[in-house]
This record gives sequence, structure tokens and C-alpha cells, in this order.
Amino acid sequence: MHAVYQESFHIEGGDFSRAGAAASRVKQILKEIGLDSSYVKRAVVIAYEAEINVVSYATRGKMTLTVSPAKIDITVEDVGPGIEDIELAMQEGYSTASDWIREMGFGAGMGLPNIKKNSDFLEIESEVGVGTRVHAEVHLAKGGRPS
Amino acid sequence: MKLREIVESLGLEVKCCGDRLDREVTGAYASDLLSDVMAKSKAGDVWITLQTHMNIIAVAALNDLAGIILVNGREPEEATLKKADDEGIVIMVSKEPTFEVAGKLYEMGLRGGHGAG
Repeated sequence: MHAVYQESFHIEGGDFSRAGAAASRVKQILKEIGLDSSYVKRAVVIAYEAEINVVSYATRGKMTLTVSPAKIDITVEDVGPGIEDIELAMQEGYSTASDWIREMGFGAGMGLPNIKKNSDFLEIESEVGVGTRVHAEVHLAKGGRPS
Repeated sequence: MKLREIVESLGLEVKCCGDRLDREVTGAYASDLLSDVMAKSKAGDVWITLQTHMNIIAVAALNDLAGIILVNGREPEEATLKKADDEGIVIMVSKEPTFEVAGKLYEMGLRGGHGAG
């Protein structure tokens, strides 16, 4: 059993040149811990989509990765516009992204649905005009080691 | 098959990381939506896209993709090439559109292998 690992990463809103940096660190850390690649892949999708959401919509955000023998926990809190209707935002294809974000191949309304598909637990809290908190978990069997 | 065979067979121009053409390619995925590629691509895939901005490099690196083929003769942006060099992501350019590139890779025996869902 390895100890609980925790690390936080800053995410700057609007800075597409660094988008993916936090997800990249998440991948690196989970691989170093030695988790099975299927768990790493799911966590990386969650981290990337949550990071892109902050970059696309928020002023700034913080991603916290916590790894215990039972689960990978990814929590992203941002200061930003918030989500008016979370249920609508969870629908595949729904997006409020601007044209230039869409032209880059983002904003297809797949971010939150991708997070949901890869999570064993997902909780989203948001306050309009304040910010959003996304808390996702990937549960690990046998400490997440390759079988 | 190796990236080198694809480059030679399709007459691709290699824009970055020509020293990595011995990378094994196990499949392919074609899409211009980054979330779609995050969700559906597999490690070892070569990715066919018309997107040229630097965020394609993070997507390729996060998913351990074998390389990126840009279609329609699209030139990668300067920042994209720099990041590709940093991350060791092979970037190739085809003069042809997505449909032709995908068709030729399929003829060479590559499959997506993703199925429905």
C-alpha cells in the first residue's frame, strides 16, 4: 500500500498555449505511481477536459490530484462565470463556446460528458458569476496495480 | 507497421521529429474535434486531422499517439512545431484530404478497431 499522494496545479484561464500542462502532470504522476494504464487513461481524460473547461471559460482555476490506494480523486475549482444549467451542460453536444474556440476543435459539447463517462463518481457544483467545482473519482481495484 | 512505411507509401512531408519514424503504428483515428480524439483514440494510433494549432500536440502526447498527419497540405503553426519538438511528436503533412489519407491507410491494413459506442 502506497501513501496518499496529493499535488495541485494552477490553470490560467484563456491561455491555450499551456492547455494540457496540468493533465500532462497528472499522467506523469499516475504512471510513476505505477497504476494500470486503463486507470491512467481515464484520469487523463477527466483532467484534460476539466482543464480545457477552465482555459475556455474561467478566469483561473486549481486542479488537485489526490491518489490513495482506493481511488484517484481529481478536483478542479475555478473562478469564473459558473454554469447556469448543469443538467443542460451535461448533455452531449450542448456548448456555450465561442466561434474561435470551436474552430480550434474545442467546444463540441463533449467535455463534461467525457468526464462523466470516465468517472466512477462525479459531483459538479456551480454558482453563476462566482465559479465552478468539478469533483471526479476513478475507483481502483487492488490498489490500481496492473493485473 | 512503422511510421516510415506510411510516410513513404503516402508521400508525406515530415515536419517534425523525423528521427522517430521507427515508431510502431497500431491503428488510426481521424477527427478534428479534440475531445473526440481524447475519448476515442488509442495509444499507437496515427491521428489524421486538419487542426494545426499547438493543442494537437498535448492531445497526441496525452494519448501516446504514434504521430499526426495534417491533411490538405496544411502547414503546422510555428508554436505547434516547437511543442512537437519538445514532446517528440511526429508531424507529417499530406497534400490530400482526410478521406483519401484514411482510405490509403485502410488499404495498407490499418484499422481503427474502435467499433460502436
